[in-house]
Amino acid sequence: MTTLFYIEHNNGKISDQSLKAITATTNIEGDVHGLIVGSNISDAVAEASKINGLNKLLHVDDEAFDNVLAEKLTQVMLNVANDYDYFLAAATTTGKNVMPRLAAKLDVSQISEIVSVESADTFIRTIYAGNAIATVQTTDAKKVLTVRPTAFKAATTDSAECEVVNITAENIPSISEFIGEELTKSDRPELTSAKTIISGGRGMQNGENFELLDKVAEKLGAAVGASRAAVDAGFVPNDYQVGQTGKVVAPELYIAVGISGAIQHLAGMKDSKVIVAINKDEEAPIFDVADYGLVADLFQVLPELEQAL
Amino acid sequence: MKILVPVKRVIDPYVNIRVKSDQTGVETENVKMSMNPFCEIAVEEAIRIKEAGKAEEIIAVSIGNQSCQETIRTALAMGADRGIHVLTEERVEPISIAKILAKICESESPGLIISGKQAIDGDNNQTGQMLAALTDMPQGTFASKIEIDSEKVKVTREIDGGLQTVNLNMPAIITTDLRLNEPRYASLPNIMKAKKKPIDQKSPEDFGINVSPRVNILKVIEPPKRQAGIKVESIEELVEKLKNEAGVI
Ligand SMILES: Cc1cc2nc3c(=O)[nH]c(=O)nc-3n(C[C@H](O)[C@H](O)[C@H](O)COP(=O)(O)OP(=O)(O)OC[C@H]3O[C@@H](n4cnc5c(N)ncnc54)[C@H](O)[C@@H]3O)c2cc1C
Ligand SMILES: Nc1ncnc2c1ncn2[C@@H]1O[C@H](COP(=O)(O)O)[C@@H](O)[C@H]1O
Repeated sequence: MTTLFYIEHNNGKISDQSLKAITATTNIEGDVHGLIVGSNISDAVAEASKINGLNKLLHVDDEAFDNVLAEKLTQVMLNVANDYDYFLAAATTTGKNVMPRLAAKLDVSQISEIVSVESADTFIRTIYAGNAIATVQTTDAKKVLTVRPTAFKAATTDSAECEVVNITAENIPSISEFIGEELTKSDRPELTSAKTIISGGRGMQNGENFELLDKVAEKLGAAVGASRAAVDAGFVPNDYQVGQTGKVVAPELYIAVGISGAIQHLAGMKDSKVIVAINKDEEAPIFDVADYGLVADLFQVLPELEQAL
Repeated sequence: MKILVPVKRVIDPYVNIRVKSDQTGVETENVKMSMNPFCEIAVEEAIRIKEAGKAEEIIAVSIGNQSCQETIRTALAMGADRGIHVLTEERVEPISIAKILAKICESESPGLIISGKQAIDGDNNQTGQMLAALTDMPQGTFASKIEIDSEKVKVTREIDGGLQTVNLNMPAIITTDLRLNEPRYASLPNIMKAKKKPIDQKSPEDFGINVSPRVNILKVIEPPKRQAGIKVESIEELVEKLKNEAGVI
């Protein structure tokens, strides 16, 4: 058995999401080969080659991959698909975009966002916004999976360098074109890798008031997240959204402020180690999952919290 | 141009999910069902494109049991022109849904297919990407903005770090994210009119597609419940607990 794992990188660093997701391969028998794409990424390639558990690293060194489009990346994996039994990637927006396309090309089902590898063909994943947990067994010979990073500990990058092989990208389709990216700039840690997260909901009332959260986040070294209601109302950009259809997070500490606790929001954060809820409505369902609940007006207590830290 | 919109019938997003005690799945008897919210957004977007004079016909497709007719009627009442219902009692996986949709694309030749990014029952997020693979079309997933310019469609995509814009040759596949639009409610006259719009009934066999699942569901259980926590009276108490009891700050 051999696994191909797609490794994401950003600004010369391997994505923390990939480092977590690759840990899922430790429960799959056989060698693990990484795939990394992009030109002028020697730092990322060097780091990737030292990922614990990686036996070989395939590198596509090509400007066509400075921006990763699903149509192209799928073809790269298809070109080498004969050599592999498992195809894995983190369930990031890239993994979710590419892996189903690959699976369909291979005429197999894809299994999304696994949280556990039970055996060679059996996996666990959540369905219905985390309200049910399914154990599923695939009958497909080739297995294409995405992995929920929060369910695994990040692999370390301190092993001896593995063999790095350059592969050329052939038969790359040109049916789509990259136009641009507008990435949210923030001094705060990334939501999906932060140890502490403070999130705001509709109760924040507007975008300016998120500064109250920023100040607390500053003190805690925390990332700032949001409910969909806050994103929809335009308080913060879309990439702040935590939930069933946003980001799934599981920090050490999650502080929900002015968030009611709809199931779709809980789906994205209820695996956090410690949950704090601040809400003025003592009936709010968020208190059902909170370890520590404070019934209070957020505008009064957020400045107090900032002071107390 | 025709636009094809696949719509799925799911348990209403605001219903409390109950896992069956025999661990075979989730209770769906006597539970309120709705159109998957992402599919509503897809229907709405198709209607807006048609209203802007960039499409002539919208076809809503649903694959599933007899009740899927209702979901198609909802799409017709919103403004789709006709429906295709592929009747099956089986649980159909995204790969098979995509194969059926690919066959429909062959006969209907739509310029755009707009699907939801994710069905909120299985949370798979696969069908659109798979259909794109099977038809060799480009894909614009998780779309928050769509701009059509004759032969191409520009799609703004919601990605982990923010937004990405891609330009796709048409025909293309787009999957919708939540902020693409705010779906309309069907008006009463339109609900009446929808009753007269045609729904073509098919079966997977008509397309030569075997929909038997490749992934067996061995067991479905309830997630572990979080222990109920405590209420604190003040920020002072909260900070003290987080420091000394939980040890997280
Ligand atoms: C298909 C679908 C997918 C979805 N996906 C997601 C998702 O991924 N993530 C997500 O978050 N949601 C998602 N939702 C939306 C979800 O159902 C809820 O609507 C949303 O989470 C509500 O956000 P909220 O808690 O901020 O707002 P509300 O429910 O309006 O709650 C606001 C809370 O703030 C409190 N409050 C107000 N003022 C104050 C104050 N001064 N001090 C203290 N407390 C105050 C109120 O008591 C209330 O509890 C989805 C919905 C659908 C249909
Ligand atoms: N049974 C179905 N009938 C029609 N469309 C479907 C069906 N299943 C999935 N889809 C479409 O594919 C999208 C994504 O579903 P999924 O890949 O299951 O998360 C949905 O939002 C629908 O647009």
